Amino acid sequence: MIELNGITKAFGERVVVNHLSLKINKGEFFALLGANGAGKTTTIKMMNGLQLPTSGDIKIDGKSIYSNLQDAKQLMNISPQETAIAPNLSVKENLEFIAKIYGCDKKEAATRACEMMKQFSLTDRSKSKAKTLSGGLQRRLSIAMAMISKPQIAFLDEPTLGLDVRARRDLWNILLGLKGQMTIILTTHYLDEVEELADRVGIMNHGKLCALGNTIELKEKYNKRSLEEVFLFVTEEMEVFV
Amino acid sequence: MSSLNFASRNQKEILRDPLSLVFGFGLPLVLLFLFSIMQQNMPYELFQIKQLAPGIIVFGFSFLTLFSGMLLGKDRGSSLLMRLFASPLGARDYLIGYLLPMLPIALLQIVVCFIASSFLGLTLDANSIVALIVLLLISVLFISFGLLFGTLFTDKQVGGIFALFVNITAFLSGIWFSLDLIGGTFKTICYLLPFVHAVDAAQSAFSGNHQDIWASLLVVIGYTVVIMGIAIMIFRKRIHS
Repeated sequence: MIELNGITKAFGERVVVNHLSLKINKGEFFALLGANGAGKTTTIKMMNGLQLPTSGDIKIDGKSIYSNLQDAKQLMNISPQETAIAPNLSVKENLEFIAKIYGCDKKEAATRACEMMKQFSLTDRSKSKAKTLSGGLQRRLSIAMAMISKPQIAFLDEPTLGLDVRARRDLWNILLGLKGQMTIILTTHYLDEVEELADRVGIMNHGKLCALGNTIELKEKYNKRSLEEVFLFVTEEMEVFV
Repeated sequence: MSSLNFASRNQKEILRDPLSLVFGFGLPLVLLFLFSIMQQNMPYELFQIKQLAPGIIVFGFSFLTLFSGMLLGKDRGSSLLMRLFASPLGARDYLIGYLLPMLPIALLQIVVCFIASSFLGLTLDANSIVALIVLLLISVLFISFGLLFGTLFTDKQVGGIFALFVNITAFLSGIWFSLDLIGGTFKTICYLLPFVHAVDAAQSAFSGNHQDIWASLLVVIGYTVVIMGIAIMIFRKRIHS
């Protein structure tokens, strides 16, 4: 379980994340939503150790990630918003590279790379340089690189941004296949994606969590027909849930 | 071990960019042959191979600045470095990862220029081994400049800065002409910078004047430590920013 206990991040006078508390269960597919500048990316960066909070603490299974950040990083992996691949390395080499820096030996890295290529339907492009892949395949590779270390927690930052309908649907199917295997924290602006994939949703506004629950609960609570209406309502009202 | 895996990735990224390599290895060779031909038609000895070869090799190292700067700048510009910052890699792994793959490239540059120079009349002897070691140490200075540029600027900006850097390396190092010909403030400025010291150290090593190597080499090492130190400091700051 991941616990965020009153985390705040301020850049000078500007408070980006404001006393955020949240619990995400093991194996849960959690979607963190918010308009641009709501503080979700900063929250994700604090959760995976890329930024330190100004105050508050983040715990994984009861242990603060800041007590030994290197150990905590071993448990997590990330697929950043922009496709993060080594352009001149082949698909297989990219996967093996990430596996190795997370501690796999050569044989284990090769085995896991084959597994990932099969799972993400990249086997036939195994030897292609990453820069020659289409946008959709690059995104798939980027997510596969996040999964190859078999993390307890995977962060997916807008994984389907810029993809066509077919590529998005293909990626959804892959992500649905990963559900339950690890905790997945997703940030996205596509609310249909959230309805399709997420177990639970948190909506942020001005650095605070203003709604939390599964999509059915949220629609009932705010008496709205769609998640989009819920999103527009809570971000407009700036009601603070936690 | 992670640092070696990272170094291996970085080396592949550089070596699989053929255009950079053509310039990095090809241009010093072209210049070597060009100036040797010019020397044959000159009435006085300006570009003796024993003086010219170490200068050209040091000049060729400026491409290491380009390679390392572009790679780091590109990684910073894409989200790859963010992915790596979120991984268990530590600051030491980044330093080794970016520095180590450059050394075999530097070694290859030296050996290629040695072989080419031998065809142009340079005698390869025990002094050449000393020169090779001195040149490898000098190469770290140029890699450090690249890491500093890559830490501060994007890959596109590094390309522009390289154009300036390569000219500074060429004209303020005494490679193409003796600084005594100009003297004065120009010479003083040149000797405040590390490039002329790098060329002096390499030339002394080639000539077998071992006692003269250290004074110049210490300046180069001093600059290397400072430039590398600043690059590491800024890079560490970027990891946490």
